[in-house]
Amino acid sequence: MGILTGRRRFNLICQHKCGVSLYMDVVSAGVARGVEGKVIVPYIEAAYAASIHIQPLVCPSSFLKFPFDKALAHCYSISMHEQSTNVFRKGWCFILKRLFILLMAIMLLIPLAAGCGTDTSTTGSSGGDTIKVGLNYELSNDLAQYGQASVEGIELAVEEINKAGGVLGKEIELIKQDNKSDPAEATNVATKLAKDKVVAILGPATSGNVKAVRPVVTENKIPLISGSATADDVTVTENGVAEYIFRTCFNDSFQGGSMAKFAVDELNAKTAVMYVETTSDYSKGLAASFKDVFTSNGGQILAEEYYQGKDKDFRSVLTKLKGYNADVIYVPGYYNEVGLIIKQAREMGITAPILGGDGFDSNVVPQEAGAAALTDVYFTNHYSADDTDQKVVDFRKAFNAKYNKDPNAFHASGYDEMYFLADAIKRANSTDPVKIKDALASTKDFKAVTGTLSIDENHNPVKSVVIVQWKGDKQEFVTRIEP
Amino acid sequence: MAVLLQQLLNGISLGSIYALLALGYTMVYGIINLINFAHGDVYMIGAYIGFIATALLGLGFIPALLLSMAISALLGMAIEKVAYRPLRNSSRIALLITAIGMSLLLEYTTMYIAGPDTRSFPTVLTNRQYSFMSGQVNISSMQLYILVISIMLMILLQFIVQRTKIGKAMRAVSMDKDAAQLMGINVDTTISATFAIGSALAGAAGILVGIYYNSIDPLMGITPGLKAFIAAVFGGIGSIPGAMVGGLLLGMIETLVSGYLNSNYRDAVAFVILIIILLIKPSGLLGKNTGEKV
Repeated sequence: MGILTGRRRFNLICQHKCGVSLYMDVVSAGVARGVEGKVIVPYIEAAYAASIHIQPLVCPSSFLKFPFDKALAHCYSISMHEQSTNVFRKGWCFILKRLFILLMAIMLLIPLAAGCGTDTSTTGSSGGDTIKVGLNYELSNDLAQYGQASVEGIELAVEEINKAGGVLGKEIELIKQDNKSDPAEATNVATKLAKDKVVAILGPATSGNVKAVRPVVTENKIPLISGSATADDVTVTENGVAEYIFRTCFNDSFQGGSMAKFAVDELNAKTAVMYVETTSDYSKGLAASFKDVFTSNGGQILAEEYYQGKDKDFRSVLTKLKGYNADVIYVPGYYNEVGLIIKQAREMGITAPILGGDGFDSNVVPQEAGAAALTDVYFTNHYSADDTDQKVVDFRKAFNAKYNKDPNAFHASGYDEMYFLADAIKRANSTDPVKIKDALASTKDFKAVTGTLSIDENHNPVKSVVIVQWKGDKQEFVTRIEP
Repeated sequence: MAVLLQQLLNGISLGSIYALLALGYTMVYGIINLINFAHGDVYMIGAYIGFIATALLGLGFIPALLLSMAISALLGMAIEKVAYRPLRNSSRIALLITAIGMSLLLEYTTMYIAGPDTRSFPTVLTNRQYSFMSGQVNISSMQLYILVISIMLMILLQFIVQRTKIGKAMRAVSMDKDAAQLMGINVDTTISATFAIGSALAGAAGILVGIYYNSIDPLMGITPGLKAFIAAVFGGIGSIPGAMVGGLLLGMIETLVSGYLNSNYRDAVAFVILIIILLIKPSGLLGKNTGEKV
């Protein structure tokens, strides 16, 4: 920048041969007012650096660009005067600017300092009077409904547990983190929770995200419990069972298979088409197990088509699927797309029953599809609010009292996760994560809202599955299928 | 035959939305050589304005459409004034990054205010089904609305650009900004007007999509925004008829690929076709082959 740095202003006068003068207001430091200034500044800068005052000078025309070349090519002289008032102005500007920067710095530092303070105080209390449990959930973006519902269930459970005197005489303290429905973010959250010295992590809600987190929790030896990650390979890897991963929900082979059995036995289906989300482990897992059981029970899969998450238009594939005239359509997907698929299918005159998995359990489905489109829509689920089991009735009542709405399956599974963990901590009689892990693995006949469960050697709970129907904007309990 | 007809109908209604969005990209690119990445988010805002107008204010479809277009136009002008005008003379990469920043700002501000959840539109138009060929071909009244409104807007745009004074100014500025300025055209106003018109079209597309699919969320603009940008490039960026053709063709190709080939390879096949076309005709279908100005 040379000599022209700092915010100084100059009057620039170009005198043309014929006597016309061009006045320009140039702010230094390369910022010029007007297009003219832009062209001239580098030139002036160079000249100014050399000799302050530029005496009769002809602008080299090659230097100037169209359209000013015509106007300025024959410049006779250029002179420059610094505006006198600016010395004063600069002084004030200078002080104000520095003050402003100082203020900004203070404002930035205050929360940081405060943050540090609270951080140290919470880590200080680890192993003290609370048991810290980390929540790694989808609280924003496209799967937010699942995460938010699970966390509501967990918070209800924690409230009840703490009111009843906590676990091992200590209160449960939740450290809630948002993984933004993103596997990479979920991994970051897990690392952060491990640093916070939590005894266990609840969540994420979806299989893909749990799998992303698996290496982190295994390395840090912290047990992880998911209430809704249903993919088969969540708890089992190529090297055998994943030691630190547990779930309170059935897995996809069981879920997809149960739906296939229901389709064959109750709906008398002989043929089926599948419409699968191409990038989702959950969707592909369900489809594979549905296909297995459906074909081994004498059914026939006529076609398998794919969509992508966040798609909005499914008409072209639905047109194709309509041509197969299958008895049932299996759409193992998540609520956002499923609502739209049902709406568009019914609009196009497809009347076959539409079947799916627990991803159908969200009020977004009737909102998107419209109540009129929800006829013959069945899905497998962990729990139904209509169930008359005492445990379910009590849970529903408590949930209603706290949130003033009816719980869905994700609320129930969140609630179960917390009690499942509390039960294991009690049996382990310790807050050591490794001992908790062993206690979790040996769970037998634990009474949960979503059914009585025992953990098998693959860390899968052995429990029943519920078939629920969307009828208009209401869910109705259809039947329960035992393992 | 009936299936083909149905697929073409599906393709046209998807394509006309891409086309409406692509027009905004192409107009802005034509005039200041900027790929306005915030365009898809103006479309999202348009959908949210439509949602507020119909669900909260209880307006009908046409008033909601006009309101949404008007507010989107203002938003477009504001974005240009605040984010792009101060940088107009800086390097192109700076502008591009500002556009991406603007896009994220709009997305996450909406997410902060409206929440991340998907929302559904109230029923503002009774959706009737019309069947032909013994029920094999279905078209809904909503698809017809989309088609008619898009065609009307495109005709209106063509009229504005070709027949009005401001349209003439736009064409002049896009040809040579400096020369246009020397001829007494107010470049700032003209660029503002371009942003307003492009954004109004995006707003219209937003509310149409909101009602048609009955689902809006703060990140809904990303994918259609990218697709529309591709449609604009495909048709020849900077060319208005090109954007319309590009949008419609992209919609048709996607529909036909998932309808007749494997739906798993929809985007892959669609983009391979686009790459082939761009290899043969690098300036796009209707783009002019212009050499770099010296």
